[in-house]
Amino acid sequence: MAMTITPAEGKRQPAGGLVDLLKRLLRMRETGLILIILTLFVLMSFASPYFLTWVNMRAMAMAFAVEGIVVVGMTILLISGGIDLSVGSVTALAMVIAGLLFLSGVDPWTASAISIAACTGIGAMMGFFVTRVGLHHFIVSLAVMVIARGACLLGTGGRPLGLFTLPPEFKFIGQGSIGVIPVVILIFLTVVVSFDFMLRRTTMFRKVFYTGSNEKAAAYSGIRTKKVVFLTTTLCSALCGVAGIIYMARFGSAQPTFGIGMELNVIAAAVIGGASLSGGSGTIFGAILGTILLSVVSSSLALLDVSVYWQDIIRGSILLAAVSIDHYLNKRRG
Amino acid sequence: MEDDLILRIANLSKSFGPIRALRGVDFELRKGEIHAIAGENGAGKSTLMNVIDGILQPDSGEIFIDGRPVTIASPAVAQNLGIGFVHQEIALCPDVTIAENIFMAATNTSRSMLMDYAGLERKAGEVLRRLGDIDPSALVRTLSISQQQLVEIAKALTLDCRVLILDEPTAALTEREAQILFDIMHKLAQQGISIIYISHRMAEIFDHCDRVSVFRDGQYITTRNVAETTPGEIVNAMVGRVIDNLYPDKQSDEEKSEEIILDVRSLTERGRFTDISFQLRKGEILGLAGLIGAGRSEIVKGICRLGGEVTGEVSLRGRQLELTHYKDSIAEGIVYLSEDRKGDGLFLDMSIASNVSALSVRQVASFLGIIDDRKEVALAERLGSKLNLKCGHVGQPASALSGGNQQKVAIAKMLSVNPRVIFLDEPTRGVDVGAKAEIHRILRDLARSGVGIIVISSELPELIGVCDRVLVVREGRISGEVAGEDMTEEKIMYLASVTEERPQAV
Repeated sequence: MAMTITPAEGKRQPAGGLVDLLKRLLRMRETGLILIILTLFVLMSFASPYFLTWVNMRAMAMAFAVEGIVVVGMTILLISGGIDLSVGSVTALAMVIAGLLFLSGVDPWTASAISIAACTGIGAMMGFFVTRVGLHHFIVSLAVMVIARGACLLGTGGRPLGLFTLPPEFKFIGQGSIGVIPVVILIFLTVVVSFDFMLRRTTMFRKVFYTGSNEKAAAYSGIRTKKVVFLTTTLCSALCGVAGIIYMARFGSAQPTFGIGMELNVIAAAVIGGASLSGGSGTIFGAILGTILLSVVSSSLALLDVSVYWQDIIRGSILLAAVSIDHYLNKRRG
Repeated sequence: MEDDLILRIANLSKSFGPIRALRGVDFELRKGEIHAIAGENGAGKSTLMNVIDGILQPDSGEIFIDGRPVTIASPAVAQNLGIGFVHQEIALCPDVTIAENIFMAATNTSRSMLMDYAGLERKAGEVLRRLGDIDPSALVRTLSISQQQLVEIAKALTLDCRVLILDEPTAALTEREAQILFDIMHKLAQQGISIIYISHRMAEIFDHCDRVSVFRDGQYITTRNVAETTPGEIVNAMVGRVIDNLYPDKQSDEEKSEEIILDVRSLTERGRFTDISFQLRKGEILGLAGLIGAGRSEIVKGICRLGGEVTGEVSLRGRQLELTHYKDSIAEGIVYLSEDRKGDGLFLDMSIASNVSALSVRQVASFLGIIDDRKEVALAERLGSKLNLKCGHVGQPASALSGGNQQKVAIAKMLSVNPRVIFLDEPTRGVDVGAKAEIHRILRDLARSGVGIIVISSELPELIGVCDRVLVVREGRISGEVAGEDMTEEKIMYLASVTEERPQAV
């Protein structure tokens, strides 16, 4: 039977134009972030002669690079519909485990591998509680956040572990440079570029989007959604482990109180970069821009001699503003 | 004549950006009448109702109540004017009691500091007794969907309204519950309450309404006395053209085949269904009828391992299957189309193309698992054009489409894996008449090409019109089979519910 376009459908014909507009809006989020960051750069270079120096740039990059690795894990977890409050504690725990092993005579590389494996195990445990026991990510990771921090303090007696005898080739990870580029930045770029590509293009990570977008529909498409959530939860903790080891190599010590409040920074960066707390959307590129933005703001405030106490207020306000603007744009689009 | 009208709408328009949802619409509602609103999805019915209920504000036009012009700025204003709206979507708080849900608005405006739970339950009990056997002190989440629908209706009944809007209230109700609702509607109408009744089911409109107004493409088309028109005339007015043949041809005798595609033997899932055995032959469309809750969906979900633990045997083309997960079922080419398109059928915020490839992203990816966008778009476009999908671009989010086109995306998703057997659960729910006919034609074409098809539907005319054979399920067992001339609504209803009184046409 020949069917003509029904009126209801005909009405939606200009959708092609709408898609273009939508795409432009989507692009605007990332271009918008870049513009804001560039504006800050320009303003700051006038405000502080020190800002645009190589030393400051390098310090800023070092500051967000390691945290950026955690942001990658968090973004993927958020896309799958989860959240992890334990990232700060688990990162610290990674340092403490590796540090303690090293001090008891284990080779630093082996110690690091064991430590990353332990963090992966913590993630797997959280994944188990979420997918098998059926608890919410928020609660499980809140509990693990407290437990991991407790374990850090217990293992170190609350004092930083000085790891002065770390061999130089290990410290190279955190302190060295290849040419003018610090190794930390190279690791960061490798992680970001590879995960960004995988998230955009591979079938493996497409399942993460399906699961976060509509878990039931994903299950009805034959996707093992519990497995997906289990793996994203595990991956996030594993990346915390990697970050912890890099921090240890950089500081030459293991700090049991490191990373308090880091989860908020990391979640804020991902959300500013476009990840949705309800799952199903987000990009690594955007999240990293979010990280850079927060880092540039922190650094600027420090250079401008703004009280440390103001910094949290300003960061929180930026998060609120970013999410509000996003919500408004989303409503306009919808 | 004017005195007779409780509600009059004149030249009302409403746009959403470039989309003109209502264009100079007129509408008149008499006191004590049951007035059906008919129109395809997107015709403007919901927009008009939302304007009447104060949820949306019109761009221009006038609304008169009892002859006086009014501005309905919010649902609260509508309530004060005596307008009650039972939405199609259920909006109840699952974790509080039925009584509290029913009197949520009253509690909100109450000046008393304390909750009078006993009083609420007593008052709720009075209303609920008229609707069926529901305990007002139970928590809403313990209710079935149809019972929740009844609670929504009870909620509106307590509002003391003069105009009651019912938006597809029977979509989730069983025959018996629907009949109770119709009785109540007639009683209310006799008391002088006017009812606006939105439904896709012609039989309901013609059995229970006094007048019917048709809308199309945001425009008011006509109003008729039900006694003076025919379903065919209304359908034609709805679609704006003559639909000569609502259902495609059935399987011809030459096409009949003894070749068995799917053989199900003694399939059982505890508490859901028992000892289900049937065979699906090549080229036929098999229907599964039964009341809501009889176990129709559970059976097909059981076959493709989307449900709980099942025992029994399933063979595909003579080969016994060992399935442990729906993934295995997809790999064998047995796929399921969900009845709840928005809830678990589609990824609404994702693109059409990603929706279509969701069952098997691998096939649009290179061997390393890297998705090839061009392949993905090509797959969606190929299946889209096969199904006559109307969309701007397959990169659009699925949420931008009308119900019928969304359903085509869901069907395209199934076809992406070249299935051998497809189960369609309520394939045309919430789909307009034109798209419905197209979907039926697609199903017939698929059956002709050798795909085994099982359709579940609560609309008996659809089952009878589309299927070659219908199995009837009652309380988790197959209670009978009808085919050919035997396929009548009466026979099917009898088999579906011997305990019920005279069956009511859907």
